[in-house]
Amino acid sequence: MSRKLLIEHAEVPGIASYETYRKHGGYASVEKALKTMSPDDVVEEVKKSGLRGRGGAGFPTGMKWSFLAKPEGVERHLVCNADESEPGTFKDRYLMEKLPHLLIEGMITSSYALGARRSFIYIRGEFMYVLRILEKAIAEAYANGMLGKNILGSGYDLDLVVTPGGGAYICGEETALLESLEGKRGNPRMKPPFPAVKGLWGNPTVVNNVESIAAVVPIVNEGGEAYAKIGIERSTGTKLISASGNLVRPGVYEIELGLSVEEFIYGDNYCRGIANGKKLKACIPGGSSVPILPHYLVTKTAAGTDRLMTYESLADGGFASGSMLGSGGFIVFDEDQCIVRNTWNFARFYAHESCGQCSPCREGTGWMEKVLYRLEHGTGTLEDISLLEEINKKIEGNTICPLGDAAAWPVAAAIRHFRDEFEWHVKSPQEAQTRNYGLIQAPLEA
Amino acid sequence: MIKVTIDDVEIEVAPGTTILNAARQAGGDLVPPAMCYYSKLPGTGGKCRTCLVEVAAGSTADPRPMPKLVASCSTTVMDGMVVKNKTSERVQTNRGGVVEFLLVNHPLDCPVCDQAGECHLQDLGYEHGSAKTRYREERRTFSPIDIGNKIKLHMNRCILCYRCVAVANQLTDKRVHGVLHRGEHAEISTYIENAIDNDFSGNMIDVCPVGALTDKTFRFKSRVWFLKPYEAECACTKCSGKAVVWMFGNEIFRVTARKDKYGEVETIEDKTAWICNDCRFDKKDPSNWNLIGPRKIDRHSVISQGKYATKNDNNPKLLH
Amino acid sequence: MKADHPQAVNEAPIEFSATTMAEMNRVIGLFPEGKQKSAILSVLHLVQDEFGWVSVGAMNRVAQILDIQPIEVYEVATFYTMFHLDPVGKNVLEVCRTGPCQLVGSDDLITYIEEKLDIKVGETTKDGMFTLKTVECLGACGYGPMLMCKYQFYERLNKEKVNEMLDAMREASNS
Repeated sequence: MSRKLLIEHAEVPGIASYETYRKHGGYASVEKALKTMSPDDVVEEVKKSGLRGRGGAGFPTGMKWSFLAKPEGVERHLVCNADESEPGTFKDRYLMEKLPHLLIEGMITSSYALGARRSFIYIRGEFMYVLRILEKAIAEAYANGMLGKNILGSGYDLDLVVTPGGGAYICGEETALLESLEGKRGNPRMKPPFPAVKGLWGNPTVVNNVESIAAVVPIVNEGGEAYAKIGIERSTGTKLISASGNLVRPGVYEIELGLSVEEFIYGDNYCRGIANGKKLKACIPGGSSVPILPHYLVTKTAAGTDRLMTYESLADGGFASGSMLGSGGFIVFDEDQCIVRNTWNFARFYAHESCGQCSPCREGTGWMEKVLYRLEHGTGTLEDISLLEEINKKIEGNTICPLGDAAAWPVAAAIRHFRDEFEWHVKSPQEAQTRNYGLIQAPLEA
Repeated sequence: MIKVTIDDVEIEVAPGTTILNAARQAGGDLVPPAMCYYSKLPGTGGKCRTCLVEVAAGSTADPRPMPKLVASCSTTVMDGMVVKNKTSERVQTNRGGVVEFLLVNHPLDCPVCDQAGECHLQDLGYEHGSAKTRYREERRTFSPIDIGNKIKLHMNRCILCYRCVAVANQLTDKRVHGVLHRGEHAEISTYIENAIDNDFSGNMIDVCPVGALTDKTFRFKSRVWFLKPYEAECACTKCSGKAVVWMFGNEIFRVTARKDKYGEVETIEDKTAWICNDCRFDKKDPSNWNLIGPRKIDRHSVISQGKYATKNDNNPKLLH
Repeated sequence: MKADHPQAVNEAPIEFSATTMAEMNRVIGLFPEGKQKSAILSVLHLVQDEFGWVSVGAMNRVAQILDIQPIEVYEVATFYTMFHLDPVGKNVLEVCRTGPCQLVGSDDLITYIEEKLDIKVGETTKDGMFTLKTVECLGACGYGPMLMCKYQFYERLNKEKVNEMLDAMREASNS
């Protein structure tokens, strides 16, 4: 069983209240940081921890922090990205709902490290009930001197505001989030300049995912080196995994990075296998934007080694036979699921969520959705399959923000691994309307 | 000054120059096309992706190539940067892809579109487009609407360059139109029935790269290549009064700002010579204008293949 | 594909209740001086909480309150899909239709609700009690199929739970 650094106390009754949270060791990192450490010391510990951004991109958090511009007399901000919208991902909601003070504690310690005196939590509008929980917790933190002026007598002031989105996946992209936080449409900005130089209202800004900010708490409490000892290689620490799809026990799990995928899917402490006694058909291990893996590449890499829950192992084989850890949105498909239908479903999602600002994404996502709709509904052609591959290549890498790639990769991967099933939909459209294709066979060389 | 190489041509430009503007300084056919960037409107660019180029070497200090193609309109040159546009197969292929995307929902109504002949998308399609479409789906359609009594909006033709929004933001005091909805449903609109009523709103027509915003006082009157453009000026209290009048015989069919070969309104006496709506829509009598001489239209579109502005054509008063 | 969004008729700004106004002032006050536009999404949620949807008159009032042009409000309200720009029923059922929910039966859930309420997705029941919409991922993937109504999540739904839920909503709306 993995150690739990984040959600160990999540199910303790009353843990959402300041008092109970404090009794269980809460706000120790604030005391330690503000009383015994300089802001740079905190940044140093986060660097040592090897923590990588938990929102999906996996960029080292300490390095991101060190890029923050610090011009004299200009306000800086820390913005927490709580716009959790990547299909398959629901860990931040769990963390905020159960442990609102953990996020607030992380915000205080991190804001101190960055010299931010006005920080924000941008939470997706659909999580309004979670926003209310956070608001209440923030009020408690103010009342107990953890927010506001001169926190714990340190001379450090911090104001923390939680504010909702309005229903837009794209606002999970950090510059779209900042636009939204400025009260505008969530159109991603051109980069450079990066938010670290020019962010919220033109001020230097760091945007971090909920889980990344929460992870700063154990990192400061136990030290970056201790944190880095957990995990394997450049995948340090623990990670929240959101498990969904056809599993016996879907839900949010905190794992030590390095756990085997086999253990995660089938182990008694985790998902306990595929629901209803069925077989595993495929898995999307890191949220809907990452490539899908067919069953024979889920627990083993193409080289035959055990696949592990790490940034490196899940990406083993590149896009030919690997995927990505992404946001940790682990979506499992049983043998009865239709890959074409699911690929169309996700394509529809990206078309719906494209901001429409740049042409490859605006037109390309809509086009792919329509072609996939035809394939799924029995009027597709074999040329459509190659057309999809073509559209894909023209979107990938050519857009302002990563939504284009996120829309392109899943379609490319689905065709790469499940071409037979796509062709079957074209060749036997009647049959494809009445039953599913079933499991694909592993290629002979695998 | 810093050195940058674009398609094997080495040029020196001021620090902070974008790749696109560096290319424009060099001139010639190494200049990437731009559908959304407009140098006279700060904040525009980056959206259409037609100006994507390959950076084969980032700079002398860090000569690694950039992994992705970059938008040349919003990427700043570095000393020693090596850029490939015409000479990059990858750029040409991907630009073709962008053109295909821009055309999937664009109506092929050039025969009835007032922009035909001076349309940037037409030029782009001619250069990079494919002879046939692979788009089997129904096109997205909108009904044309009036935005103000002098401007027609054909949303079907819009490529969402946002230039007209920048005009409204930067040249007028109260913006009443904008981009609504999102994704492929995004559209330029006023949302409510609302007239754009502002002295400089007509400049939206001049910046529109396609036929989405057209001049209602000129609609369907003539094809642009049948008209003779003349540089003209008038005493105007609202604007510079420096314009181009487009004539047939002794009649003025339309008035536009003076635009350079990139379709941008020219800088005259250090100012962008935007024209006011009075000059554009109301001064259609030749007596309103002092005709200076024929206007050379320096673009590769079909109107420049016409016969106006020849050397012999030096007497503007002698009209055909 | 007709993507026409017909132009709306302009309406005079409407007034909000004292409670709504007080809450609006609070959320606007969370942002620094001159940055009141940042509160626009909070403010639009409050409008929708009061009226059930966001009308042109309400948006015009929001523009006054935030001291911005009405088009800036329209641009934002049409971008974010949570805001209903047309009148809706008392209970808007927003069913998640995205991949992870689909794997565990959201298609069937949508069909069941359509049959049960005798409306199609996008429609409102004749009595104005329910509007059925489909939405993209609501971040409850491990607990699907699910829907959201009035910011509340109804998870791991099956026919019995849907029946109970609809009855409870009907009762609450009638009382």
